[in-house]
Amino acid sequence: MSSPPSSTHETPSNAVEVESLTRRYGDRVALDGVSFSVPTGQTLAVFGPNGAGKSTLLKVLATLLRPHEGVVRVLGSELPGEAWKVRGRVGYLGHEPALYRSLTARENLRFAARLHGVDDDRVEELLDAVGLTRRGDDRIDEFSRGMRQRIAAARAVIHDPPLVLLDEPWSAIDPGAIGLLEPLLGRGTGRTRILVTHDVARGIAEADVVIGLLAGRVHVAGPASSAAAVEAEALFA
Amino acid sequence: MIRTAAILFRKDLLVEVRTLQSLTAMVLFSVMAFVLFHFGLDRDTIEGSLAAGVLWVTLLLATVLAVTRLFVAEREQGGFETLLLAPIDRTAVFVGKAAALFAFLVAVEIIALPAFDILLLQGTILDGMPELLAVVLLADVGLAVVGALVAALGAETDARELVVPLLLMPLLVPVVIAAAKASAPLLAEPAASVHLGRWLLMLTFYDLAFVLVSLGVFDYLLED
Repeated sequence: MSSPPSSTHETPSNAVEVESLTRRYGDRVALDGVSFSVPTGQTLAVFGPNGAGKSTLLKVLATLLRPHEGVVRVLGSELPGEAWKVRGRVGYLGHEPALYRSLTARENLRFAARLHGVDDDRVEELLDAVGLTRRGDDRIDEFSRGMRQRIAAARAVIHDPPLVLLDEPWSAIDPGAIGLLEPLLGRGTGRTRILVTHDVARGIAEADVVIGLLAGRVHVAGPASSAAAVEAEALFA
Repeated sequence: MIRTAAILFRKDLLVEVRTLQSLTAMVLFSVMAFVLFHFGLDRDTIEGSLAAGVLWVTLLLATVLAVTRLFVAEREQGGFETLLLAPIDRTAVFVGKAAALFAFLVAVEIIALPAFDILLLQGTILDGMPELLAVVLLADVGLAVVGALVAALGAETDARELVVPLLLMPLLVPVVIAAAKASAPLLAEPAASVHLGRWLLMLTFYDLAFVLVSLGVFDYLLED
């Protein structure tokens, strides 16, 4: 599971390239001329206060929202025109677990697995990985928030995507269980990761590159080992 | 596409079996409506066009209840993201949802038609079978297809309880007219199948037209 994700597609040097991205909700500008790139296999941490546009950015990259202006290239495909090429190659973990509450954990994962053409062995492998094999036949509405988050994390990587988009992936998970997610979402997986978090210290520790958003604009950007990270920590921690 | 639609269909049935939200609401509404008509009309038995009108208006309103809830699991529990991020033909979402709605309607009618018979027909519904069954199934296809389309339109709005009926009912007027016209002679005393072919043909054309329209536009309805 910790081996680099398999892909039959040609690997671009930058997994994500964003130039002058603008996205609006009605008259409100959520992202205003955002530009950055993420080399394949690296981790970008995105920081910013509530309403800065972090979740909107992830949704645009996940093809859930269309960019209104600018160029967005994900895994070598330009959005929104080639969104169909990107779907199925991206793992998305939103800040809400987004699971069918009346279905069991196993049924939720099997549903996602079948949509992605993945066999049921992978479901059992992931239930084991997140430490919930024995609770696999319990309904999601009987799970704690942290357990739901673990199932949602398993679902995000059920198709072994080369790019994962993570919105507060550790929220509600107790410290003991955070380690369970490492083989799925951690640096060792070889996946390109874009990580939105309010936990600035942890985000910097996980990241190769950081950006800080304020009111939809990139306020700080640079390598995680540079002064940009220090400025991000001072601004958003 | 059929394989994906079958996956979605099975999931929707499973969610409904676990929650029984749509089916319970539809069955209770239908039976209560027949009880109210029984006492409201102050008649033990009705027939012909009155019976057909009562039956189809009741089934139409029961359909509205199901359509309003058709995408609730996706919307309220966030399953939309699972669907939208999967490498699937989005038309399969329409086919799966329409098939689920069709199944709900058939399940409701298994209870509602005998209730209608007992409360308002005094046991004469079997006289019009199996023609009535053909009318019901063809009308159900129309209700399910248009219902799935409108449910997708209303899914992303907070006012779906308002939007769904306002969009759905005008679109379903042809189904109600054709189904009621076809059913009226079958619910008369004695039952007869007068001009049945014409109305069945109209229902078939309506179903085909909306299947084609839905297949053409559904993909865009799920876009941001």
